[in-house]
Amino acid sequence: MAHLVFEADLHGLLKLDTPIPNAPLARWQRKAKESGAPGPGADAGVSPMKPANRLPSGSKTPGRTPGKSASKIQSTPTKAGGDRYIPNRSTMQMDMANFLLTKENDPAEDSPTKKEQQKAWAVNLNGFDVEEAKILRLSGKPQNAPEGYQNNLKVLYSQKTTPTSSRKNGRYIPSMPDRILDAPEIRNDYYLNLIDWSSQNFLAVALDNSVYLWNCTSGEIIHLLQMEHPDDYVSSVSWVKEGNYLAVGTSNAEVQLWDIQQQKRLRNMVSHSSRVGSLSWNSYILSSGARTGHIHHHDVRVAEHHVATLSGHTQEVCGLKWSLDGRYLASGGNDNLVNIWPATQGDSGDYAPVQTFTQHQGAVKAVAWCPWQSNVLATGGGTSDRHIRIWNVCSGTCLSAVDAHSQVCSILWSTNYKEFISGHGFVQNQLVIWKYPTMTKVTELRGHTARVLNLTMSPDGSMVASAAADETLRFWRCFEMDPIKKKEKEKANSAKTSIIHQGIR
Amino acid sequence: MARQAVREQQGITLRGSAEIVAEFFSYGINSILYQRGIYPPETFTRVQKYGLTLLVTTDPELKNYLNNVVEQMKEWLCKCLVQRLVVVISSIESNEVLERWQFDIECDKTAKDETVPREKSQKAIQDEIRSVIRQITATVTFLPLLETACAFDLLIYTDKDMAVPEKWEESGPQFIANSEEVRLRSFTTTIHKVNSMVAYKKDSFP
Repeated sequence: MAHLVFEADLHGLLKLDTPIPNAPLARWQRKAKESGAPGPGADAGVSPMKPANRLPSGSKTPGRTPGKSASKIQSTPTKAGGDRYIPNRSTMQMDMANFLLTKENDPAEDSPTKKEQQKAWAVNLNGFDVEEAKILRLSGKPQNAPEGYQNNLKVLYSQKTTPTSSRKNGRYIPSMPDRILDAPEIRNDYYLNLIDWSSQNFLAVALDNSVYLWNCTSGEIIHLLQMEHPDDYVSSVSWVKEGNYLAVGTSNAEVQLWDIQQQKRLRNMVSHSSRVGSLSWNSYILSSGARTGHIHHHDVRVAEHHVATLSGHTQEVCGLKWSLDGRYLASGGNDNLVNIWPATQGDSGDYAPVQTFTQHQGAVKAVAWCPWQSNVLATGGGTSDRHIRIWNVCSGTCLSAVDAHSQVCSILWSTNYKEFISGHGFVQNQLVIWKYPTMTKVTELRGHTARVLNLTMSPDGSMVASAAADETLRFWRCFEMDPIKKKEKEKANSAKTSIIHQGIR
Repeated sequence: MARQAVREQQGITLRGSAEIVAEFFSYGINSILYQRGIYPPETFTRVQKYGLTLLVTTDPELKNYLNNVVEQMKEWLCKCLVQRLVVVISSIESNEVLERWQFDIECDKTAKDETVPREKSQKAIQDEIRSVIRQITATVTFLPLLETACAFDLLIYTDKDMAVPEKWEESGPQFIANSEEVRLRSFTTTIHKVNSMVAYKKDSFP
């Protein structure tokens, strides 16, 4: 996570009242080192104040789970600087520093009461007297990992672009996007679902507190809505199947329904208590997933829209998809769980998941149902997991799993070629097309300079649009049907329908 | 499974609490070894525990080693003699400590004399343990990559006057110089409380 380290370092440097790393030792430190100041082996010569020697340096308590959010961790300076330059006099304990500098640091000179005091402090802070504790180590270490074993995580950080293999793809997939659009102010938040492509060929994009519609046929841009409060933002967008209504989830827990023809808001459904990061339609039922982990079903035709609550996640629901036949709802959360919900309530009147998959080691945002095989679901895990898993939801088995070596943000299936495409983050920010069911890589689409956040597919299934943290939308023509093959397919489809007609006779 | 069900009805006893905490350490240490890449991932297998899929090692020597520690921990936890468990990850060539996982244990000594078990549901404890393990898994997003091959060490802080059992030897604390620290969630069984944190070497800017 080089960029996080860089940012943290930048902040550290700009703050100026924390000790400057890699600075030459101050005179008092050098003196202490020369006189061979006692202290625990690795800590020698760093901190001037005695009780600090017993404590680990610079503790900080992040308010949220580390690694799960993009915010930076503030560190509190505990030691007076390592340099003569004093940038912030108010935080320096000048009297203490002066005293310690002038008097030669000799621990034996401590009065007994002082020792008692220090001991009391140590017990208070550590919970036990560290001096009194004995540290034991189990001897006879187990065999280390075999020679030549390299930490596989290194692959994450040092991935080099593999040269295009001599493998014949069977079709030409352009490596450059068809089109690149600007998406300024797009929120770089992994857990949101900010783009969706309608069956009427409109692309809805949520940019911070506004939603824009891009007419793919004419190129026209419509500014559909803007949040009233400047601090609020749009957290998810989803088109109804017919493409005339757009559902919008917001950071202030609202689910809004907009009519595109009239560009008017039809409904504002409030039932959640935290931001709505995921939405999915099942004819007239709109399901919404919130930061609390709850999923609500809304019947948009009636006034009492909130018809059901599904509680299966303890953290934010970031992936939500109804199966194409409307029988199951798949949800993925920040708690690393994937739940499969039935469309109807159980005997007790409550919704309980028919399956729960715990194998992912990271947040599951990428959730996609296979369009040509019923009950097959693909899921992808976040940074801690990096795996794509294919499941059979009836039997609950994991049909296959593949390590994608990078955070998976989205998966889309393509009927045209029996493949699926996944969007990734650090290091390459690429889109990977995989062949199903062999799970081999067909190709990788590179171009984004920051992590991919969302993927969506065009109504004809030939193009995939990707939104990334580099504030661009790229359109990839990766599933374009060969015109000859297309005609064959249409012929096959029409043949099928005539057989059905004969059957009914 | 039956034992667990019985335990649920009975509440938490000192022995039960020691078992829960020792079990947590076993799975926690396995998770750390897998996530930090100390051992090849192929040597780990998935098991279901705490409602999660956890990875535990299949290497027989390592399994043996960890079992010894866990058994010893159980004993000491029962007698409230252990204060801290530390997993030290150091580079094999330079012997430099790169990461230090510290689990502080607070033991309620009054529980030793109690006959009535304490009230806390297994489920609540499991939920808390689950959060800690998930946090350990998520730490890979900010912990610096361990470039060189690493080995791990287990340190236990006990009372000064405790006799050193065979197979164990005294050691130093093996702190990290210039470390960055992150405190993780804690869990409690009402008799034992475990606080977790990880300290890692601050990345020096090239």
